[in-house]
Amino acid sequence: MKEENKTKGKVTGIIANLVYVEVDGPVHQNEICYIYLEGSNLMAEVIKVMGEYAYVQVFESTRGLKIGADVEFSGQMLEVTLGPGILSKNYDGLQNDLDKMQDMFLNRGEYTFALDNDTIWGFKPLAKPDDTVTAGDWLGEVKENWMSHKIMVPFIFKGQYTVKSIAAAGDYKINKTIAILTDSKGKDVEVNMMQKWPVKIPIRAFREKPRPFIILETGVRCMDTLNPITEGGTGFIPGPFGCGKTVLQHAISKQAEADMVIMAACGERANEVVEIFKEFPELEDPRTGRKLKERTTIIANTSNMPVAAREASVYTAMTIAEYYRSMGHKVLLLADSTSRWAQALREMSNRMEELPGPDAFPMDLPAIISNFYSRAGFVYLNNGKTGSITFIGTVSPAGGNLKEPVTESTKKVARCFYALSQQRADSKRYPAIDPIESYSKYLEYDEVHEYLKEHFGKDWLENVILTKDILLRGREAYEQINILGDDGVPIDYHLRYWKSEVIDFIILQQDAFDKIDASTPVERQKYMLYSVLKICEAEFEFESFEEINPYFKRIINLYKQMNYSEFKSIEFNNFEKELETVILERKK
Amino acid sequence: METKAFQKIYTKISKVTKATCSLHATDVGYEEMALVNGRLSQVVKILGDEVTLQIFSGTEGVPTNAEVVFLGKPPTLKVSDELAGRFFNAYGEPIDGGPAIDGEERQIGGPSVNPVKREQPSKLIATGIAGIDLNNTIVTGQKIPFFTDPNQPFNQVMAMVGLRAEADKIILGGMGLTNDDYLFYKNIFDNAGALDRIISFVNTTEDPPVERLLVPDMALTAAEYFAYDKNEKVLVLLTDMTLYADALSIVSNRMDQIPSKDSMPGSLYSDLAKIYEKAVQFPAGGSITIIAVTTLSGGDITHAIPDNTGYITEGQLFLRRDTDIGKVIIDPFRSLSRLKQLVIGKQTRKDHPQVMNAAIRLYADAANAKTKLENGFDLTEYDERTLEFAKEYSDKLLAIDVNIDIDKMLDTAWELFRKYFKPEEVGIKKEFVDAYWKN
Repeated sequence: MKEENKTKGKVTGIIANLVYVEVDGPVHQNEICYIYLEGSNLMAEVIKVMGEYAYVQVFESTRGLKIGADVEFSGQMLEVTLGPGILSKNYDGLQNDLDKMQDMFLNRGEYTFALDNDTIWGFKPLAKPDDTVTAGDWLGEVKENWMSHKIMVPFIFKGQYTVKSIAAAGDYKINKTIAILTDSKGKDVEVNMMQKWPVKIPIRAFREKPRPFIILETGVRCMDTLNPITEGGTGFIPGPFGCGKTVLQHAISKQAEADMVIMAACGERANEVVEIFKEFPELEDPRTGRKLKERTTIIANTSNMPVAAREASVYTAMTIAEYYRSMGHKVLLLADSTSRWAQALREMSNRMEELPGPDAFPMDLPAIISNFYSRAGFVYLNNGKTGSITFIGTVSPAGGNLKEPVTESTKKVARCFYALSQQRADSKRYPAIDPIESYSKYLEYDEVHEYLKEHFGKDWLENVILTKDILLRGREAYEQINILGDDGVPIDYHLRYWKSEVIDFIILQQDAFDKIDASTPVERQKYMLYSVLKICEAEFEFESFEEINPYFKRIINLYKQMNYSEFKSIEFNNFEKELETVILERKK
Repeated sequence: METKAFQKIYTKISKVTKATCSLHATDVGYEEMALVNGRLSQVVKILGDEVTLQIFSGTEGVPTNAEVVFLGKPPTLKVSDELAGRFFNAYGEPIDGGPAIDGEERQIGGPSVNPVKREQPSKLIATGIAGIDLNNTIVTGQKIPFFTDPNQPFNQVMAMVGLRAEADKIILGGMGLTNDDYLFYKNIFDNAGALDRIISFVNTTEDPPVERLLVPDMALTAAEYFAYDKNEKVLVLLTDMTLYADALSIVSNRMDQIPSKDSMPGSLYSDLAKIYEKAVQFPAGGSITIIAVTTLSGGDITHAIPDNTGYITEGQLFLRRDTDIGKVIIDPFRSLSRLKQLVIGKQTRKDHPQVMNAAIRLYADAANAKTKLENGFDLTEYDERTLEFAKEYSDKLLAIDVNIDIDKMLDTAWELFRKYFKPEEVGIKKEFVDAYWKN
């Protein structure tokens, strides 16, 4: 839209961050506008149009705003700027670079550019003149930290283009033209390293989205071993407060085998984000030896930042993830917490006096959530390469009750369910993922079965199912013991219970704050599971139930020491030997 | 606040409800303050030239021809070192008979700290209470509430924590305090000789409930002055946040908003977060630590107020009466300090994290044994030992009357382990067992 044609308007009503604007021209739904207030512009988004009036949600505090204030519409929807330099950045929900803001406090109406105009990037062309290209095709690449950042045909380009010229290998800034493309009508367009894309619209520059089948290693045993998530998979973690949602998410973000991690801190605690700000530049990615910060981008819209931008923040994060997926990267997107985003929707729906759905949430909440989750996935790009977005969202159910709208809506779309249990958290069994409630639908996929056979072992899946059965039997035995009393059940029940406890303590429980135990590579997970299963399948000899508890405590203790030791170190082997002698004491 | 000369005075009110009144007025800013026949009020809605005002003290007796004067600014507080040692009402006016404060006038409820400019909270606050220092260590810049039934002595515990915390300033935000409790705080601060470090903003049960909504922002504006401008360690005590939330629901109800869970406004999470997120560690050394009280009804933490609070704050401290020892304890199961990981085993002894977890695990075993006992089953010899351990653990470490340093707490825990258990039953890393399991 041209400058002079911009629609203008005046403020006619203010209720918190919902503002009514009388407009003098066309506006479109979700268009961004700016409200002038005391020398600054407050960014806002159109969420409803009624005749001459646009209802806009303001991304800032409206304190001091008066009737009659000038409004200018941008003609654009909420967009993010995509280009090299996104990696390692700390953004707010609207992709403002937080590090570029000078003041200690966030000033209203201060917007900063998402990329760096002056950084010089070493460009290498990938396309040649006369190549036919479409949106998302790779024209060239630059090194961003240690990753290959592809410069692509902008996603908004429709149809086929021919490369007329492309810049030679060399050092350029982001706004330098690196290619000239000719469209089917013979018109030339210049392309630089930067492009924009509206966040609410998925980027679809790929050929095919098959069912995901590769396991994404997270180093968290009760995920990888029992309920694995796939590259391009979706999962969610609901749990009452204090059950370790955030610790678990941080663990995943540190350890997961991804090329890039995007963390959307959506309406959560600022100090948790600070922890990432401070730790990630120091912590090493064990796979690459690089600092974690080098592969991480943070979108921080903490709970005290403007509510309306909370909704935007998850979309901003997803769009950035889609951009990097189009380069053929494995992207892991974590959002903490999607409930806060749903609450932001509720606040606005309430102010607009819409008829409420369950718990006063808007009626279309399930549709919004499912659309969002469906943007994740494993894809084959147009050039045959693969890329993926694995999305894990946390949900903060009100009162810890999983029968609430956000949890229920999410359960319909997310394929992995990691239920955090208050009971486990209370007894400090961390991570508090309930092994019986939780599931991974991916374990039902034939493609995943094939993958597991090849990479984890022929009988792996059977063993995983066996492990789950032992846990379930253990829980049943435990309930029986509680009902009938220690001596009211056969000795066998105690044995069953204690065997499940070995799995619980050694496979499920993991010390996220111990250097070694925090992350377990798949090789070690396999070794430990096979070892523990051997005990679970062994027959033991006991005179009375009273002997079982201390005996298994010794076994668990030795296993724990193994978990705390370097894999296959002398220490580890010694504990293992000691364990073997303990087992022989009672083995039939 | 006073009216100035040549201000426009409106005298025609078109609508009056229980908490609000509306009139036709122009050039009014959103959230601006106004006086309606001398009563303070704030703009909550503007539609065209109709302005809706929320009158803090209620609309009883407001006539349709009341004089309305707009003050041209949102609520403010004058900040300076003169605040120290003074008592104010919810509007920031002195109630101790002293002179008005001279200082820079600041809008309350100001902008948030840029998250990238924050420093990570890292300084341990020792309280001497093992239920806090050992199991739920608090650090500067943290926000943490006490979850407590109204019959627990939470005001005493708060005051004790406040005084032991070695803060440069203690700011009390009292919402719906009974006059007795107000006097209790005044006395205890006075007796400790700490009055010059203390600033209080108090809304008592005698004041209109809606006024409470201003108290946290007043207290935190003062806190930001001392923590950011003066680089001081500030401790903010907010009691009782449940009454604050109740006031929110009154207002939203009178504004015809659709209530969400437990009749609370849909924005409860954001409203509470705006307050608690003012807790911060500034890079220059100043900090704001918030310790609040959220009273529960019958221990129910699933109610919207404690539930939303729990998602915002960095943990919670749960007060409960342990009938076995006849004392109030800090419940180790339901209490949590999320920031303890930043200091335990780092600023405290290395065995701290493992000792803490092992003791709680054994305490959980005791709880199971107790269930067994209640169901009429025989206990194993191990069960008997855990029960004995639990009693002593509760008495020597969980009770709120404990006042010892952290090393002593750890030693006490080891002593109890040794008394009741074998090393392999405790499940602690071998290096620590070797170092501390002394005979």
